[in-house]
Amino acid sequence: MTPVIEVNNLSIDYQLGKRWLNAIRDVSLCIDPFEIHGLVGESGSGKSTLALALMRYLAGNARISSGEILLDGENLVSKSEHEMRQIWGKKLSLVPQDPLAALNPSYTIGEQIAEVTRLHEGLSKQQAFSRAVELLAKVKIADPEAVVRRYPHQLSGGMQQRVTIAMALSTQPRLLVLDEPTTALDVTTQAVILDLFRDLIHDNKAAALYVSHDLGAIAQMCDRVTVMYGGEVMASAPVHPLYAAPLHPYTMGLLASIPRPTEGVETRLPTIDGVAPSLAERPAGCVFAPRCPVALPICFDEKPPLETIDTGRMGKCHRWREIRSGELVMQTAPLEKVATSLPPDDNYVLMAGGVSKRFGSPSLFRRLVGGDSGYVQAVDDVSVRVRARSTLGLVGESGSGKTTLARSIVALEVADDGQMTLLDMPIANTLAGRSQAVLRELQMVFQNPNDTLNPYQTVGQALARTIRRLSGRAMIQTEIRAKVNDLLDEVRLTAEYADRYPAELSGGEKQRVAIARAFATDPALVIADEPTSSLDVSVQAVVLNLLKDLRAREGASYILISHDLAAVSYLADWIAVMYLGQIVEEGDTEDVYQAPSHPYTEALLSAIPAPDPTVQRGNIRLEGDVPSPRNVPSGCRFHTRCPRKIGAICETQEPPWLDAGGGHRIRCHIPIDELIAMQSTPPDSERDEVSL
Amino acid sequence: MSRYIVRRLLLLAVTMLVTSLIIFGLTQVIPGDVPRLILGREAGEQALADFRAEFGLDDPLPVQYVNWLGGFVTGDWGRSFTSGNPAVRPLVMERLGNSMRLATMTLIISVPISILLGVLAALWEDSWLDNLISVLSLSVVGLPEFVTGLLLINGIALGIKSLGLPATSSVPDGTLEDWIRQLILPSLTATFVLLGYIARLTRAGVLDELKKPYVRTATLKGLPYHVVIFKHVLRNALLPTITVIALSVGWLIGGLVVIENVYNYPGLGALMVDAVKQKNLLMLQAIVMVTIFFFALANLAADLLYAVLNPRIRLE
Repeated sequence: MTPVIEVNNLSIDYQLGKRWLNAIRDVSLCIDPFEIHGLVGESGSGKSTLALALMRYLAGNARISSGEILLDGENLVSKSEHEMRQIWGKKLSLVPQDPLAALNPSYTIGEQIAEVTRLHEGLSKQQAFSRAVELLAKVKIADPEAVVRRYPHQLSGGMQQRVTIAMALSTQPRLLVLDEPTTALDVTTQAVILDLFRDLIHDNKAAALYVSHDLGAIAQMCDRVTVMYGGEVMASAPVHPLYAAPLHPYTMGLLASIPRPTEGVETRLPTIDGVAPSLAERPAGCVFAPRCPVALPICFDEKPPLETIDTGRMGKCHRWREIRSGELVMQTAPLEKVATSLPPDDNYVLMAGGVSKRFGSPSLFRRLVGGDSGYVQAVDDVSVRVRARSTLGLVGESGSGKTTLARSIVALEVADDGQMTLLDMPIANTLAGRSQAVLRELQMVFQNPNDTLNPYQTVGQALARTIRRLSGRAMIQTEIRAKVNDLLDEVRLTAEYADRYPAELSGGEKQRVAIARAFATDPALVIADEPTSSLDVSVQAVVLNLLKDLRAREGASYILISHDLAAVSYLADWIAVMYLGQIVEEGDTEDVYQAPSHPYTEALLSAIPAPDPTVQRGNIRLEGDVPSPRNVPSGCRFHTRCPRKIGAICETQEPPWLDAGGGHRIRCHIPIDELIAMQSTPPDSERDEVSL
Repeated sequence: MSRYIVRRLLLLAVTMLVTSLIIFGLTQVIPGDVPRLILGREAGEQALADFRAEFGLDDPLPVQYVNWLGGFVTGDWGRSFTSGNPAVRPLVMERLGNSMRLATMTLIISVPISILLGVLAALWEDSWLDNLISVLSLSVVGLPEFVTGLLLINGIALGIKSLGLPATSSVPDGTLEDWIRQLILPSLTATFVLLGYIARLTRAGVLDELKKPYVRTATLKGLPYHVVIFKHVLRNALLPTITVIALSVGWLIGGLVVIENVYNYPGLGALMVDAVKQKNLLMLQAIVMVTIFFFALANLAADLLYAVLNPRIRLE
């Protein structure tokens, strides 16, 4: 079989000032027809640069310094920009990362799809538009005739991504490049989109390069996988052996650092120490050697060659033979216990009852006419409790109200309704009504560390400010300085970091500073809103471990908000699942992950792509989008998407709380024993065949 | 969309009402006694009193304001304080027409040139062309209008006699050739002022848009370069430019005092300066109201155009 695309010894340089820095070094890659080839790596690994370079699309300051890219045997490197424009969109198509940003806001969906077929297939305007309607139907968009006339911002994220797929497939391309296509989507939407990709790619007889940092999605999607690090290929192999028996220490480290729901709360995640090298300071030997737990002196001096291990399997390591023969066992110590963990006790740090928050106010017109309520009920009568030294996990899709609930608890939003007590003392819903003592006990870690640190303050200044503002007593300079150093030490940063500015830190380091800032006041409760979602998987493991250690050492409690159920399960003892502003299920972590589950929880769990190609994903898919919180469905809020809906009762009556024992509660019309029975036999998958 | 237009029109009315209050207030605090200034030092008490009575200057201020505003809305803009007491409205309207001719000519010249320069500078960012455009447009912005005006008069009108361009401009008679002959030099002078602003803003707008992922999408569809730039990028990049062009309309109608003086052109700006010097209050009030009205109208037009071009606003 001749490959669709073959990359031989490709190197790419970037110009920085007057210097040319090598970004991609000597990469070879080969994709056969029908193959979905995964390209996995952390930020800075060069995977996106390589993926776009495969399409001969380079940044203005980049050049291909050597190598060839053969598309059906034709070398793209020597082609002019003009010649490439005949190939782009026709033989090579891109499905971009962020579909909203990748679509022009000023043109309709139809116009943007029609553009491609008019250009490459010479269709008339009318033909191209009816083709666009067909294409939208093929990517399973309901009511395509209406959608062609809409603008990108009027569609949900999942719909936008379907549009970019329709666009990419409109000309029967030879190769599809999928650049992190589901990173911006919810896990339930991702599951639906991944199914769609797989079907469409096979039906179109196309080959695909699937770029992702998500080892789960890669395992479920791809036939072969190439692992990149520091601009070089570390390993390349068919998906099964790569996950079952990784031969490269980097691949092993990556796979080990993924939190899995089956692990207990008592363990630590194995991590990869250190940070990825920057472009300017790539090591002379093996690029991974400085972070490799089994590096030998030769690894620092001599670059290992990319060797063929078996047919179709390649690796770049001096020690792969020892790893394969079993002589070398990686000392990742995955079952190391956390330090002096105390069992959660039964005192509650925080009790919040009946919290409600709505945004916007209906206009006079709306109030008179009625109909659409006009405001968004983000959180609707939610009660949560957090036990001392424990972690409450809040999970749900975007729009579920989990972040608004957290912000209401720390009074960044003023709850319209609800009573809260902190350490058995009632606290006000407004920030102004809370004393310094309350502020000290209640701290927050935000999602994006890049935006939460003042770029003009050093780490030391930022920490010192929090200490001074909230310590409640006068402190002398040396005392503050000592406390800053203690805090940095707590989050495993050296005292030198106190003089650094945020721009000098990596993403993981910034998040550690943000955590240090939250712990500056010895709080009783820390609320962490998606603290690892902007971090790479190896860095995520470091931060999750740190949070676990701090909980044990400082005796703090957490509310951990995340859309990633695996990450939540690693830290949380108690989980509350939210949907459209309400809690639909809560209980002990282990209970929530097992039947009986609320159908929504079941769907969420089913949607997580397992980082193991031998594990079949659950086949429960939620069709459609989360309904608008302006117009919440009657009865059970989930009935519009529920795969287990039993009838009219779901549409008319609010479901009751069912007791599943041990405090585990489910808000559903289906009785507990029936839930258990149906969840041990999943519903038939009725994915109809898609063809183009 | 229709609700949006209605809301904006109401806002325009409110703007005009507030403006009228400010203008009326300001004309009250201009120092000096108006009748004394206009009738001269020799005028007797009786003449001064007659003048006050005739123009209603004895009434309490709120009454004066309401009378003036009511008259203004119904088309009676009062009479000039100057000799013969001609009605204000025809005078202002005639000058307004002249100013609009000059403004139109200026926009026709300046908008395409400055947008083109801005786009070129952005597409060749940091090249010699970009630097040249920056230096040229910024240096002409820095020069006062009377300097560029005099340079043009001496260099072109008087310097290249064969072109036959007049050194002073009068109102064009309606033929295209006369429009160009009479208005080209003052329009160029005004263009020099606008060029830098519009070109810099366009450049920044295009550079911003070029960084956005949809440009990559368009390129990777295989669309030709000019389609990517002119269809996809410019449509979004020019949105902020529209606002700045609209802001300049007010200045073009009522603010070209220096240019009108240099070219001896009978525009609204020159009339306003005369009105200030002569303490011709009703005239001054009328001119400022008209200028502000056009300023607000241009802004409204810009916002509506913005909404038409930007579906995110139109479909809210």
